[in-house]
Amino acid sequence: MAEEIAAELTSARAARPATMVPRAGRSGRWGPAAEAVFIPVGALLVSLMLFGGFVMFARVNPLDVYHYMVVGSVGSWFSFQNTLTRAAPLILTALCTALPAQTGLMIIGGEGAFVVGGLAAIAAGLPLVSIMPPLAVDLVMAAVGMGVGALWITLAGALRHWRGVNETISTLLLTYIGIAVLNHMVEGPMRDPASLNKPSSYALPDADMIGAIPGTDVHWGLVYGVVFCLVAYVLMFHTTFGFSARMVGGNPRAARLAGLPVGRILLIVTALGGAAAGLAGMTEIAAVQGRASATLAAGYGFTGILVAFIARQNPLAVIPVALLFGGIGASGGLLQRRLELPDASVLVLQGIIFVAILASETLFGRFRIFRREEG
Amino acid sequence: MADPGIGWWGVPLAVAAGAVRAGTPFLFVSIGELLTEKSGRINLGLEGTLVMGAMSGYGTAYLTGSPWLGVLVAGVTGSILGALHAGLCSLPRVNDIAVGIALMLFGTGLAFYLGKPLIQPQAPTLPAIALGAWSHVAAVRDALRINALFIVGAALAPAILWALRSTRWGMILRIAGDSADAARAMGYSVDLVRLAATVAGGFLAGVGGSFLSLYYPGSWSEGLSSGQGITAVALVIFARWSPMNCFYASLLFGGAGALGPALQSVGITSGYYLFNAAPYFLTLFILILTSSSERRLVGAPSELSITR
Repeated sequence: MAEEIAAELTSARAARPATMVPRAGRSGRWGPAAEAVFIPVGALLVSLMLFGGFVMFARVNPLDVYHYMVVGSVGSWFSFQNTLTRAAPLILTALCTALPAQTGLMIIGGEGAFVVGGLAAIAAGLPLVSIMPPLAVDLVMAAVGMGVGALWITLAGALRHWRGVNETISTLLLTYIGIAVLNHMVEGPMRDPASLNKPSSYALPDADMIGAIPGTDVHWGLVYGVVFCLVAYVLMFHTTFGFSARMVGGNPRAARLAGLPVGRILLIVTALGGAAAGLAGMTEIAAVQGRASATLAAGYGFTGILVAFIARQNPLAVIPVALLFGGIGASGGLLQRRLELPDASVLVLQGIIFVAILASETLFGRFRIFRREEG
Repeated sequence: MADPGIGWWGVPLAVAAGAVRAGTPFLFVSIGELLTEKSGRINLGLEGTLVMGAMSGYGTAYLTGSPWLGVLVAGVTGSILGALHAGLCSLPRVNDIAVGIALMLFGTGLAFYLGKPLIQPQAPTLPAIALGAWSHVAAVRDALRINALFIVGAALAPAILWALRSTRWGMILRIAGDSADAARAMGYSVDLVRLAATVAGGFLAGVGGSFLSLYYPGSWSEGLSSGQGITAVALVIFARWSPMNCFYASLLFGGAGALGPALQSVGITSGYYLFNAAPYFLTLFILILTSSSERRLVGAPSELSITR
């Protein structure tokens, strides 16, 4: 019994985001915050150096790589917009992991919610384009995308709560079921017979697409993502509900003893997380691809999981981390054209960064500079 | 395409052949994952390991002309990735699930990067044993061409079962997976045991990958793996952490994948992708049936984070 409780506590601790306890003293308040910035940034620099060594095998000067990475991600208005556009889906899919993580759930099914959300959105939107104004179509699509994404992940939350089905495994399985449903629909019932080489659904008319933010080429998905993050942050860290949710994450047994409706809390956070990923899928359809096809499952959901982990499950930190990975993705084209590096080099760099930053987690609390002087 | 002479019989035959052919990578990866999970840790990165194994095995076979050397190199590559996973996860506060997903992306990215020059050339493939030479029906002969790796895998399952049950090593592995404290109290290093288990698991996953590139489909491309490495994680749960069940489940999962194309050959074309997803439906269904909020899954290692 005691062992079980201890095990439960350890697992809850592992899944819980780092709580930043303000400490008195010299480096007092800023210490933990500085630690949360310096350690991942240090890991990022180390991974850039590793990648530099890696490209030297391809006889490419690492300094050129760094140069083109900066140029390709923030070097011009055009490339910065590219970065923002790529960050938009990552912000939303990261929330699909980060929000449930507050209650101790480890959801890795953002890709599935993204795919079914996008698919359901276009399935709902296509019949409406001739009878409704574009704004109404987009609203219906967004609502359906969020709703279906929410149901998808809530299913995992409900199974966890009432049947004890592990949510990590169930969301992983649901992801592959979702991708299969997508492939089935776009090659079968929803297929546009004109799409020969690349089976896809009928296209959403241009008039019904979500446009760009005025003055930019960046679609509105970025705004949805940032707003979603802000709302999630306020909800989780400045409301009673958020406090209860984090209490469930910290110690489920104590939360239950305190009379918190654990089941309802789990359902709400999983629904919110799924809605975020579903909205990302909807914007990918309605702002970027215009039609559903197998390319909808491009891995945004999986990258989002890692963005959430690197942001230490904090909804606000998700935004800069997603921008970082958006920027790396945006610079890939330039690296490919100017330095003739394979397109997969971006995947290698992202992989190195993910591994390095996740491993750097172990350094927290090891540096005295971030701590109060002892004695 | 089923022989016209056997008509609808082509469907079960193709499914059986597919079960053996498509089931072999599942078999290796799932037994590898089983070893890792039995030691109390989950490695979600085996998809990356599988793709790296496929790439390195193919590259080696192409350069040296020996497919078996390719299999060995694929295994060694897999072990290195396994060692990386185990090493990172043994650090305090590092999450095994997140590291697994990161290594999955890293492994596939690295394989795509290094595998660019291998897309064109044709490497020698692994030999198959023609058990169906007696038959004059082409479909039967095709179905009974069994790859040597499948036989190795089929022998591996009972061997691992025996090793886990009846050897000292197997016992240490199971203790590390069921109670880290007990293993420590007996003087074993839990991290070392898990390192060994993950390295062995990585080796098997790499070998499973080499089967893809060196036998079926038998070439290297970026779309080579259709998620077999991830499916193996589901498969191990489906198989209740038993090596023999892993063997049967691999055949079942392989057969489910072959059902779609087999039906297509007799004119049923819809539902192909849903058949592919059948293993996931099945695993989820079984999880729902057998899970309970009061107790652990039967057979699950107690230290495993996903069974808590």
